[in-house]
Amino acid sequence: MRRALLLAALLLPAATVPAQAQSQATATARKTTTATARKPPPKPLYHAADAPTNTPVAYVGGMKPVMDQGHYFHGILDQLEGRYAPGGTDFRWDGEAWYGGDYNRLWLKSEGTLEHGRLHDGDHELLYSRAVSPYWNVQAGIRADIDDGPTRTWGALGVQGLALYQFEFQATAYASDRGRFAGRIEGSYDFLLTNRLILQPQAEFNLYTRSDPERQVGAGLSDVDAGLRLRYEIWRKFAPYVAVSYAGYLTQARRIVHDQQGETGALRLTFGVRSWF
Amino acid sequence: MAALPRPLHAHTPTSGQVPPAASARWDLRVGRTRIEIDRKVLHAPCIGGSVPGPILRWRQGDTVCINVTNTLADEDTSIHWHGLRLPATMDGVPGLSFAGIAPGQTFTYRFPVTQSGTYWYHSHSGMQEAQGLYGAIVIDPPVPDPQPCARDYVIVLSEWTDVSPMDMLSNLKMQDDYYVFRQRTLASFPREARAAGGPLAALKDRLAWSRMRMAATDIADVTGVIYTYLLNGHAPDMNWNAIFKPGERVRLRFINGASMTFFDIRIPGLEMLVVAADGNAVEPVPVDEFRIGVAETYDVIVQPREARAYTIFAQSEDRTGYARGTLAPQPGMHGPLPPMDPRPVRTMVDMGMGDMKPGESMNGMAMPEPASDMQTSHTHNHPMPRHESGMMDHAPQHPMSGMQASTPEPTPHGDGTMDDMDMEDMRPSPPAPAGHGHGMSMPEHRMDEPMHHKPAAHMHTPEAMDHDAPVLVEVDDPGPPPLNVENQNIARMPTDRLGSPGDGLEHNGRRVLNYSQLRATRPGSDPRPPTREIIMHLTGNMERYIWGFNGRKFSESGPIRLRHNERVRFTLINDTMMEHPIHLHGMWSELENGQGAYRPYKHTLISQPGSKLSYLVTADAPGLWAYHCHLMLHMETGMFRTVIVE
Repeated sequence: MRRALLLAALLLPAATVPAQAQSQATATARKTTTATARKPPPKPLYHAADAPTNTPVAYVGGMKPVMDQGHYFHGILDQLEGRYAPGGTDFRWDGEAWYGGDYNRLWLKSEGTLEHGRLHDGDHELLYSRAVSPYWNVQAGIRADIDDGPTRTWGALGVQGLALYQFEFQATAYASDRGRFAGRIEGSYDFLLTNRLILQPQAEFNLYTRSDPERQVGAGLSDVDAGLRLRYEIWRKFAPYVAVSYAGYLTQARRIVHDQQGETGALRLTFGVRSWF
Repeated sequence: MAALPRPLHAHTPTSGQVPPAASARWDLRVGRTRIEIDRKVLHAPCIGGSVPGPILRWRQGDTVCINVTNTLADEDTSIHWHGLRLPATMDGVPGLSFAGIAPGQTFTYRFPVTQSGTYWYHSHSGMQEAQGLYGAIVIDPPVPDPQPCARDYVIVLSEWTDVSPMDMLSNLKMQDDYYVFRQRTLASFPREARAAGGPLAALKDRLAWSRMRMAATDIADVTGVIYTYLLNGHAPDMNWNAIFKPGERVRLRFINGASMTFFDIRIPGLEMLVVAADGNAVEPVPVDEFRIGVAETYDVIVQPREARAYTIFAQSEDRTGYARGTLAPQPGMHGPLPPMDPRPVRTMVDMGMGDMKPGESMNGMAMPEPASDMQTSHTHNHPMPRHESGMMDHAPQHPMSGMQASTPEPTPHGDGTMDDMDMEDMRPSPPAPAGHGHGMSMPEHRMDEPMHHKPAAHMHTPEAMDHDAPVLVEVDDPGPPPLNVENQNIARMPTDRLGSPGDGLEHNGRRVLNYSQLRATRPGSDPRPPTREIIMHLTGNMERYIWGFNGRKFSESGPIRLRHNERVRFTLINDTMMEHPIHLHGMWSELENGQGAYRPYKHTLISQPGSKLSYLVTADAPGLWAYHCHLMLHMETGMFRTVIVE
């Protein structure tokens, strides 16, 4: 965790400084692309009356009339839930928080499962996120697997956004300090039964290039965590839910866990609360 | 009916009564006052403890002197005189006109009043306007009113909420439909299927919207979920009252002082005669209903003949609430409350996809017949490359449609309920003076600007006439906006929607005002054709809640520079699927709506989704001016430009 914080401190200025530089850069880039991206023959001369200029406007007292570069801070716990089973209940959280403006944001993602008093699947990421298209962001940073197992750290690079048909989607590739690679794909969809009663199928898959038995990781498709959650938005920011969740190991990881006498997968009745600020 | 007649406090701001006499000198103190309306408590920034603030009555020809004192603890304030022609330094926009008014300071506004009519004022600082810092201005004309009325009331429509505008914005940045609880759901599917003529059609429609990652139910960003809609500071159950004697002519000066809400206004049982728009007299138009965009003003005259209560009913465009008041012969009476209309649903026309075939039309329950009918008959689409024509189904083209004096449009609706509407509105208009062919002859338009290649998306505007085409020496055309972080849609075939009263009001069985009906009572003061055209695309990304022009927000754009006394045509192409009330400070926006020299002079113009419109501006006021969407959260997220007249 200390390492994560250290990296956070390093990333912070990096995330804020490019904010201005990049917005200027994109402004000029955009200008040139609009001018050149059209069909060449009779080259249309596009000129915007409000094109960016280098001559600053002399605002009275240096006051900008509107503040469209505001920074915002939000966090969401998509999952905060108990997964019931006769042998004991697991608790799981999955959430994220971000701070920043329209283009540049700092993201913190965290998830983990408490099972029989033991924390596993603890996965925390600190990412710089850059908006690149109407619906997509590119994210890069670090991931630390911190729980009761051995700690692993990874570099992360991925995309997050809204796919066609309004699927929430993220895909991230990871490279570890030990020369291993991993990938994660997550998706969810909000199906509105009414305006407040929402059914959300969600799934997360993890892939690894090499096995890591100490962390119950197998090469290939290693594990899945999925749920079908029915939430009621009493208030936008507070929605209790009931769900059926499934967490399980797949392929090689399944054999590893089986050999360790662990539970290889379970479908569970789940209760939780989705909340954000 | 109410138990006791409640005496109206004469001439308090919330009474709506215009003060008995004009005054040239005013002292206004801005402070925060605890106000509770509809169980929502707010320490509202306001003037004299009242929301709305005092009604300022001025006289044209006077030089007014207004001392504004800021008694707020730790925030600047400002007052902007909306729609007033005045020196730039008196316009009240911090950063552009002056440095704002710091706590404890007094700023003296002093300027000659050169116009008359209904206007309003509001703060231009820190979103104070959204919380209560606004009020009405009534300016007496130097000559007797050509429309004398026995009674004169101001009706300020606005919103009230205890949610701070900053919180709203922050919530919308996280979830763009945060305040919308009228989405399409499984529960609403059977209704949609009935309206669409089958579950398959309804499903197809949904998938089309879903594929675009947009919502047909996206009408307003902030809704009645948190807003109580106010009429002169009265919640609906407080029932604002105005008195009349049967047979009297009553002038109602409607002002939309809301920050995010369009209202659709009607008085069941009464015909309203629209006599002024944005302070300027227009040829009277009798209507049953009209839409008022944020910051617009309309004067209407009613003449109730029965001794009964009439309800002034102002529904929000998204139908999540209404403001309400009563006109009655006795104080305290209640008129019947009509049910709210079906909510509008966006269609392909709103996306700027032109007119779809009725079979393809994406409208839902609010508009049973193809919404494209209306637009089709008003569209000024010109012969253009047909490579995109899969989307186009141009029904009969009317070269002269949109002109009031011309033939009434055939209204090919199926239900036949509305066939009288257009007929009655289409009174013959007085002919334009000779020499001003401008707008009145209107043959076929061509895309004929020399030296300027126009992409398919750019069709010519109604009044971009052969006659003035050669005069245009400069065209600032940004080209189609980029699809980027700040823009999620391109209106590939924007239509002329001046003949449409707006989404949700078409074919509703009433006579509803539209922009093409506005005709000034006198010809414009500047007969020069424009020498320059500035095309601006209205863009935004609802998902990220970023708004702007030409795919850029304010902070990434330069100012628009106009030469002093330059005559400019502004052409607005709305690539978003929402209405935007666009306001240019300090200069008139003369809407080119087919009325030739009798263009209506406006200060705020609704740009309908997927539409294209144009207006002329004479840049006769030097200085720095604001140019922006008057939806406060759109302005604050970037739909704002500085205009410099030099």
